[in-house]
Parts: sequence; C-alpha cells; structure tokens
Amino acid sequence: MTRSVPATWNKQFIAAGDQVVFMGTFFRNIFRRGFEWNELLRQCYIIGYKSLSLVGITGFILGFVLTLQSAPTMKAFGAESFVPSMVAISIIREIGPVIIALICAGKIASSIGAELGSMKVSEQIDAMEVSGANPIQYLVVTRVLACIVMIPILTLMADALALAGGFTASNISNKISAVLYFNKSFAALSFVDLIPAVGKTIFFGFAIGFVGCYKGYNSDRGTESVGVAANSAVVSASLWIILLDAIAVQLTSVFAYS
Amino acid sequence: MDTNNKYEQVADQKTGNAKEAVVSISHLKKSFGTKEVLTDVSMELNRGENLVVLGKSGSGKSVSIKCMVGLLTQDEGSLKIFGDEVSELKEDALKAMRIKIGFLFQSGALYDSMTVKENLEFPLTRVLKLSDKDDIQHRIEEMLEGVGLLDAIDKMPSDLSGGMRKRIGLARTLILKPEIMLYDEPTTGLDPITSREISELILQMQQKYHTSSIIITHDMACAKITADRILVLSKGAFIAEGSYEDLENGPDELVQSFFK
Ligand SMILES: Nc1ncnc2c1ncn2[C@@H]1O[C@H](COP(=O)(O)OP(=O)(O)OP(=O)(O)O)[C@@H](O)[C@H]1O
Ligand SMILES: [Mg+2]
Repeated sequence: MTRSVPATWNKQFIAAGDQVVFMGTFFRNIFRRGFEWNELLRQCYIIGYKSLSLVGITGFILGFVLTLQSAPTMKAFGAESFVPSMVAISIIREIGPVIIALICAGKIASSIGAELGSMKVSEQIDAMEVSGANPIQYLVVTRVLACIVMIPILTLMADALALAGGFTASNISNKISAVLYFNKSFAALSFVDLIPAVGKTIFFGFAIGFVGCYKGYNSDRGTESVGVAANSAVVSASLWIILLDAIAVQLTSVFAYS
Repeated sequence: MDTNNKYEQVADQKTGNAKEAVVSISHLKKSFGTKEVLTDVSMELNRGENLVVLGKSGSGKSVSIKCMVGLLTQDEGSLKIFGDEVSELKEDALKAMRIKIGFLFQSGALYDSMTVKENLEFPLTRVLKLSDKDDIQHRIEEMLEGVGLLDAIDKMPSDLSGGMRKRIGLARTLILKPEIMLYDEPTTGLDPITSREISELILQMQQKYHTSSIIITHDMACAKITADRILVLSKGAFIAEGSYEDLENGPDELVQSFFK
C-alpha cells in the first residue's frame, strides 16, 4: 500500500520550490543598492523597441480581421452599427492583452532564455558571481522589470492599431467617418475596462520576464541546454499567461462588473 | 631542494611568516550523481606562493577550484579560505571573500554582449564601485598593456581569437588585484611565445602584489617558470608533491609522464 510519489512529480515539486526561491531572490535584489538603471533602459529598448513592428502588425491585423469576419453576421442581425464597439470591447478587454502577451512570450521569453542560458553555459554568469558582482541584479532584475514596463505599453499600442485596423476594414465595405467610428468604439468602453486590461498585462510581463530568466539562469551545462531553456521558457510563459488570464477574468467579473 | 629553499626565502621576505596558509583543504569529497570526482583532496596554499596543480583531463582540477569560490559545494570535508569555512559563509561574507579571490576560467568567460573595455570596466564599477572615468580608463589601459592587447580595447569578444580571449579574461581578473589567484589553464591554446609572456605575468603578479596563486596547467614550460611547489592530482586525490626538479627526477611513473 505504500506507494511513493512518482519521480516526475518529485521533480515537479522541486522545480516549483526552486522557482519560488528564485522569485524571492529576484524581489530581494530589486531593492539592493546599486540598481542598474542603464541596463534597465537598454533592456527596455531591446525588449520594447525591437518588438514594435511584430506587435504593431499583429495588432492591426487582429482588428482588421475581426471586423471583416464579424461584419456579415452582425449585418444578418441588423446590428452592423455595433461592429465598432464589439471589436473595441473584445480587443481591449481580452484579445489584445492575451494575443500580444503570447506573441511576446514567443519572442521575448525565448530570447531571454537563450541569452541567459548561453551565458550560463559559457560560464559568464559564474564569472560575474565569482568576481563579487551581482548577476541577479544585473541580468535578472533588469530584464524582468523591463518586461513589466514594456509589455503593457506594447499591448496598448497594439490595441490602438487594432482599432485602426477595424476602422480600415469597415471602410472597405462602406464609408464611415473616422470620428463616427471611434466615437462608436469608445462609447461602449468605460475607463473601468482599461484598468483590469492593463493590470493583467503587467502580470503577463512579469511572467514573460521571470520565466525567461529562470529557465535561462538555471539551464544545465552543455550547448543543447540553451535550446531547451529557450523552448521551455516559451512553453511555460505561455501557460502562465493563459492561467493568469483565467484568474484575471474571474477577478474582474467579481470586482469590476458586479 | 634548491627550489624549496628559494620558496621559503621568498615567503620569509614577504610576510615574515614562512607558512601562513591562506587556503587549506582537508579530506574534500565531491561527486556528481554516482560519479566520484574528488575522493580525498587535502592541500594548503601558503601566502605568497605559486602552487601548480597537474592532473589528467577530467581528473577534477576545475571542480576543486570551483569549490574554493563556492560555485560548487563539497559533499564532505573542510575548505577554509583565510580561515573561514567557505560552505558556511553567508551571502555578504561570501561576496566579500570572492572580491579577494581572482578566478580565471578555463574558457575565459568573457561577457560577450560587451566590448573588451566594458568587460574590464564591469568589475571596476560593479565591485570596486569606482566612478572616476579617467581613473577607470587608466586602469583598463594599464591592464590591457600588461597582457599586450591594448589595440583590442574596442573589439567585441566574438572578434577575438581564443588566445586573445584568454588574455582578456586574465586582464579582467587581475584588474581587481586579488590576494589569491586561481588560474584554470592560463596558457592552454596559446603559442609558446605568448605562453611564456603569460607565465611571466603570473610571476610578476606574485612579486608585485604578493598574490598567492593556484595554477592549473598541462603546460610544463609554464609550470617550470611559475611553480614554487607542484601537486599532482590523480583519481580524485593528490598523489605527489614537490618542486619542479623533485618531481622531474622522482620515482613515480605517472608523475614522470607529465615531464616528458
Ligand atoms: N557541474 C558538473 N556537473 C556534473 N559533472 C561535472 C560538473 N563539473 C564537472 N563534472 C565532471 O567532473 C569531472 C572533472 O571535471 P573537471 O572539469 O574538474 O576536469 P579537469 O580536471 O578540469 O579537466 P580539464 O583538464 O579537461 O579541464 C568530469 O568528469 C566532469 O564531467
Ligand atoms: Mg578544467
């Protein structure tokens, strides 16, 4: 009757514990003296600016396609005039944050995982540690904070471009003035919509940066582990985003709309 | 015998205390999974001494010096640096101790997102917390001149040859003027002329800054120039100890084979 916990479970528990410890180290090091402002700015530039085009194009097309796809159905119900507000609500509340976060998980979490992974393999992180410098502060804190700052900004920008995409799509079938379109879009939205929407992107940003750093920082020896780190960073960051979104939606429906 | 005397004299002049151990290791054991790498390592490094460690590839030389800086933790045994047990040091104390120890990685371990100059700047600004630009520039140039690579100052590590990277790694470590230096194969992969220069640089560090060093090497020319004392590591333990001449003319065949 005495069955031991399967070995894989054991490993999962150890990994989970490891992540909690790593998270503690991260938070402690945010408030250490000698904050790396320059490196934070550099990471914001790398993480934010270099994802602009990918995120921008995705956002625009999201709005464009959503409008094109839903217009015929809405027309059948005679509700064509609700298309702008429907697109605005679905993009800003849900589709924008989640899709952009998933895309950033693919682009940013993987590159952080690969970068720190290869620094680990080539003993650069060890060298930093041994010299008496603080690699967590220099490498991890800056990257995670940069993600926390940049993901919400990228998402807001993508939201705006998605609305522009929706406007473009509406204009293909029949002329609608920009003023009217955006009036209709924003009429359906209230400021309360924006708070949980932006709020959850902060957590998505944390998940992307933290998981990328954790996987890279703790990768094994040997070059193949760099690939493993990058890959598992994307997988678990995506999973975290979906989970966090489910939680955020529940919390929002309890607090904001009741 | 001669070299032994030389070493004792040197130590006498420098510290007035012939054998003050800065590193002392006793009965150190370390395994990875089921693989026993170190079985019973005991040694002492005296102040101001250049200690050369010889050993076959994979015999655990790198592992033993990684234990000394707390990158790996031993399974059993004691490892004291400046009298403190390394594995029991708290974060801040460990950091303070690491500042006094220089570690040259076998691979060089240059930060490859930074230029050579930024690589050398990193320990100065992050560890010594220097902020005077001229002072930093001066120290960097002086150090790069020492390893003969001043003209590489603005290059990226990816643009350097293996030997150049090793020399930059050396410069980055020595720039903090450590009290103890751990060199992991400082001359491997270098041409004989550069090897000789590096060996002489190691000797200079000892004479100028009274650095105590452990030098892991396969390069007998380097050992001959730098060694005050030599230890031979085999199967996880030290099997021989002595001066270069002692070991060269000694009876042990395994030890002999390093000198051929
Ligand atoms: N972090 C680690 N995890 C697992 N095994 C390791 C680790 N580090 C070293 N080893 C193993 O320990 C043994 C000794 O490695 P070490 O790097 O100390 O050899 P070495 O004496 O420095 O050899 P070389 O002259 O080739 O550098 C090797 O078999 C290696 O596979
Ligand atoms: Mg080695």
